[in-house]
Amino acid sequence: MTRRTYPFYFIAIALAFYIIFTVVPSLMGIYLSFTDWNSYAKAIHFIGFDNFKTIFSSDENYLHGIKNTVIFTISTIILKTVIGLLLAVLVNKGIKLQSFHRVIIFMPAIIPMLVVGIIFKSIFHPETGLINEALRAIGLSQWTQHWLTDIDWAFKSIIAVDVWKGVGYIMVILLAGLQAISHTYYEAADIDGAGAFKKFRFITVPLLMPALMVTTVLNLLYGLKIFDTVYVLTNGGPGYATDVVYTQVFSQFSLGSYGVGTALITILFIIMTLLGYFAVKLMSREEQH
Amino acid sequence: MANKFMKNPIQNIAIWIISIIAIVPILLIVINAFKSAPEASSMNFNLPSELRFGNFSTVIEKGKLVHSFLNSITYSSLSSLFCILFSAMAAYVLSRNKTRFNRFIYFFMIMGIALPVNYFTLIDVMKWTELINTKAGIIVLYMVTQIPFSVFILYGFIGGVPKELDEAGVIDGCGPKRLFFSVIFPMLQPAAVTVFILSFLNTWNEFLLPLYYLNSANKWPMTLAVYNFFGQFQQSWNLVSADIILTILPVIIIYLLGQRFIISGMTSGSVKG
Repeated sequence: MTRRTYPFYFIAIALAFYIIFTVVPSLMGIYLSFTDWNSYAKAIHFIGFDNFKTIFSSDENYLHGIKNTVIFTISTIILKTVIGLLLAVLVNKGIKLQSFHRVIIFMPAIIPMLVVGIIFKSIFHPETGLINEALRAIGLSQWTQHWLTDIDWAFKSIIAVDVWKGVGYIMVILLAGLQAISHTYYEAADIDGAGAFKKFRFITVPLLMPALMVTTVLNLLYGLKIFDTVYVLTNGGPGYATDVVYTQVFSQFSLGSYGVGTALITILFIIMTLLGYFAVKLMSREEQH
Repeated sequence: MANKFMKNPIQNIAIWIISIIAIVPILLIVINAFKSAPEASSMNFNLPSELRFGNFSTVIEKGKLVHSFLNSITYSSLSSLFCILFSAMAAYVLSRNKTRFNRFIYFFMIMGIALPVNYFTLIDVMKWTELINTKAGIIVLYMVTQIPFSVFILYGFIGGVPKELDEAGVIDGCGPKRLFFSVIFPMLQPAAVTVFILSFLNTWNEFLLPLYYLNSANKWPMTLAVYNFFGQFQQSWNLVSADIILTILPVIIIYLLGQRFIISGMTSGSVKG
């Protein structure tokens, strides 16, 4: 009965699309990253590990892009988690207009990253931008910066914009996690005379761990693929200071040198497959209880 | 008691400050969209001398936005609808018939949530399937990118739909298609709405696939149109702001109407509830 009631072709349609447009290109990419594939020459030659040697050579700029991507990912994970957790705790306490604030704080998360980039390009403008104007207005003109063109500030500004956009999403997940914690734990701790910090440390944090793991994995997968923000705000500049892996992939694509670009994606593919395996295990473990 | 009394005003002030930080950039765009070009040359919170609604019609005309708007609507709604249909069918069978093989297929498919798109080799696949630089191609790609997450959400939801319904349907003589479309699919409505809204928002906001694969302006979605408009009219911030508003307005309306679904979808998998 099961086989007739639950036919395989129900699965097959989605599966076929997924295999053709996701799995096949990824596997082809692994093979082609060992070739000199480009958009000009017809013939493709096997060149061994040359593309990977190029990527990891110190004469080239790719290591810098990888380093930036890692810095971006780690700093956004830390900032979004810490701020998101503070916000979730704050919103969870019986404040006035709780759902109003939640709606507002989450709003940046649903706006296209591209648009956020354009808006902040105006806000960061050295002469007419909101931030420098505000700093001048309150007499802190020595704090004004060329936020997006100063080599020391450009990447920090990008990280700040990304945290502004993403923190509401993390807050919402952690808030749902907080609300799932039973009051009885806190009541028992009150009877034992535990203070606010001890309650946070020994009840909230451990019981929130699954939610924190999920937000970390989400931020990790998102951070490694960061593109829109950088592309619009600085396009990798000044110089190559804010290049990340995906902006480098896009410039390889524009240059037509597909071999190196594919090799970059293949490196990401391997990392993401491992992370994805972990993420899927995590999500389906959650599902079982 | 006194401590608690003191704590609450501070928390309320703190949360107001955060909310203001979250909303200020959006308000900035709203205010400047109604200004004249010289007034908006410095983007600030000075109110416009008069409300220039004309900015919006200028933008729609100069940015050819009607076209892009219709493109975006087509891409997002069709890809989301097909995505729900195929994902629900797959999730239903995967969840009902948990053989070893099907369990593997489920893991294999939701791994797609993590995988990066290989833009280089995907061109070849798009050429073989004759979908390169076509509207259908973008719809297919958007649908495919949303399938893994949709299968994940729907699979979890179908687990809660009683299996007795299937048995009753079979006894009444339903074939698998009728059983699914007239009995099961209507039951999935709450999850289907969540999936639709999330995948609509994701595809509406997406920028990379059209940037890589659509080279003719008449196929551009709103994101690409707004980016191109920004490149051309960088000096006219009033017009750029108006353009931005037209791009994000549909998203914000959907968000305000459907935020319950959005939040339930985005938090599923992290918290059981």
